[in-house]
Amino acid sequence: MLRFIVRRLLQLIPTLGGLSILLFVWLQRLPGGPEYALLPDDATDEQRQALRRSLGLDEPLMVQYLSFLRRILQGDLGTSLQTSRPVMDEFFLRFPATFELGVTAMIIAVTIGLPLGYLAARKRGGVLDFAAVGGSLLGICTPVFFLAFILKVVFAEGLGLFPSAFRLSPGLGRTDITGFFVLDGVMTREWDVVWDALAHLILPGLALASIPLAVITRMTRASVLEVMGEDYVRTANAKGLHRTTVRTRHVLRNALLPVVTAMGLLAGSLFAGAVLTESVFAFPGIGSFVYVATQERDYPVLTGFILLIATMYVFINLLVDISYSLLDPRVRAQ
Amino acid sequence: MPTTPSSQSDEKIPFHQRKAAKVDRLAELMGDRGDDGHGAGIWREAFARMRRSPMAITGAVIVAVFIVVALFSPLIAPYSPTSQAWGNEVFPNRNEFVGPRGENWLGLDHLGRDMFSRMVIGARQTLMVGVVATLVGFLFGALLGGTAGACSVLGGRWGRQVDNVVMRVIDMMLALPTLLLAVTVAALVGPSLTTVMLAVGIAQIPIFARLLRGAMISQGNREYVLAAQAMGVRKRKIALTHILPNSMGPVIVQSTLTLATAIIDAAALSYLGLGNPDANFPEWGTMLSEAQRFLSSAPSLAVYPALGIIITALGFTLLGESLREALDPKLRK
Repeated sequence: MLRFIVRRLLQLIPTLGGLSILLFVWLQRLPGGPEYALLPDDATDEQRQALRRSLGLDEPLMVQYLSFLRRILQGDLGTSLQTSRPVMDEFFLRFPATFELGVTAMIIAVTIGLPLGYLAARKRGGVLDFAAVGGSLLGICTPVFFLAFILKVVFAEGLGLFPSAFRLSPGLGRTDITGFFVLDGVMTREWDVVWDALAHLILPGLALASIPLAVITRMTRASVLEVMGEDYVRTANAKGLHRTTVRTRHVLRNALLPVVTAMGLLAGSLFAGAVLTESVFAFPGIGSFVYVATQERDYPVLTGFILLIATMYVFINLLVDISYSLLDPRVRAQ
Repeated sequence: MPTTPSSQSDEKIPFHQRKAAKVDRLAELMGDRGDDGHGAGIWREAFARMRRSPMAITGAVIVAVFIVVALFSPLIAPYSPTSQAWGNEVFPNRNEFVGPRGENWLGLDHLGRDMFSRMVIGARQTLMVGVVATLVGFLFGALLGGTAGACSVLGGRWGRQVDNVVMRVIDMMLALPTLLLAVTVAALVGPSLTTVMLAVGIAQIPIFARLLRGAMISQGNREYVLAAQAMGVRKRKIALTHILPNSMGPVIVQSTLTLATAIIDAAALSYLGLGNPDANFPEWGTMLSEAQRFLSSAPSLAVYPALGIIITALGFTLLGESLREALDPKLRK
């Protein structure tokens, strides 16, 4: 097991290394170079030269790349052009908000998607199956930001059921411990804060959940259908095992393997979706920060975000692989 | 025994003849060459199956209507999509909009332009974005995946090294969510419609590459490849005329599905401000992100392009999914 993990960790090095080269080249290729991106348009040539020297841009490319790599490894992603503060600090400040939103979306997607996909497979061809397949196709085909806008206009501004923006209602006092509002509220027993924070999470969470929900429903359905046709399920039924035992121990357990993999892949795309959703709901997370960064061409934030996502994605996949090998002995044997 | 083996159950065949009966049955199944004697190819079989599937028919109808509208849009659109001829009738500041009427079938947008004409001309741009993006992903993906697959199957030890290197690059690209990859490209090149097409297309490259490589490697173990090698056919010819055509199935399915994702991703890029900077130019994604501002006062401005995107994407997805189902015996009922 340990050898497996170490081998997978070693395999990460070329992937992340290649990615850093890609980002470095990208930064090099910025229109006019960083001295144009970082300085205002009316800066003089001397100022640009001075900046080039101070950034080490007159050094050979190899030296520049190595210092770029060293800075990244030290957690230095540069300074945001919008706020003039280190990109890493900005991300840390906003991470709890985005994490809470992502977890909400994933909980919504899994608690609805798994049972729905399973029931759709059990009643194949029925009304529920049709609704589940149709609904998930529709979910995949609807632009996330449009869905977010519709939810906001209908449920927040129209019906007034949920708040339409931010993480907490203005004027509500709370004790800050971790930055995770729901967790803090539970720890300090400020139940009004917990309730309010949850209400703020529902609509953006639903919008963000649309694609994972659709994918999980379809994957579960397809996977359960495939497993139900397997010989060992027929054998289990023929042995006279209780229906519930067959369904949980034989069908579900095997059907969930590919779904777990898909969830890992989806977690990465949640961050990209967060850029779209958070900006609609003015949710103060990494997503809306990056949204402004794309508008303002804030390159350090963009590169930092890409690096962050890629690293997280790679590690989530590592976790998925490890959990996979724990669940399925055949993977370990390979 | 004159009776066909398939019509008899095992009990009626004497034990010593059972094996022969099985072989006969197998030959019967293998030799089932369809009605014209030339062999019903997997594609023809798939199309026959799709003709009976309501999902495929719905998808095909949507796609056909969309393509016809897009191709003949200048003939269909009654007015110029950029002319603000009714500009003096619409006042977004005072929430005064003009809904559908005899003159303008879908009403006017916030600048007094004919919505119907914009939708029709927009269909053409949307189709172009989808097709070009898919072509970019398809061509480069097929080139990378095809090279990797061919090298892996026919290149020996050296070829497997090439395959390894190419696949590492592909995996690196796969590590970035599609939309993020597109945002990266768009931020690098600057906002324009070309950017959107390139960005969305590049983001699809790793998927196409992986699919084609996988299919080629599984084809590479087939007998016909071995036979061609034994007959001394040149490796390049085996790769291009034997393995490649037989590996195109999943790639073609993916192309249909990619047309849908390309249209959706392009809309998201437009929303992020990385699309076409000229808002005058009708394209559904741009129209949708422009109309968000008036969603509460004039929802129809956003709903028309959104419905256009959703229905078109749904059409391509239905078509692609049913094609996949028709080609893959495991997914069938």
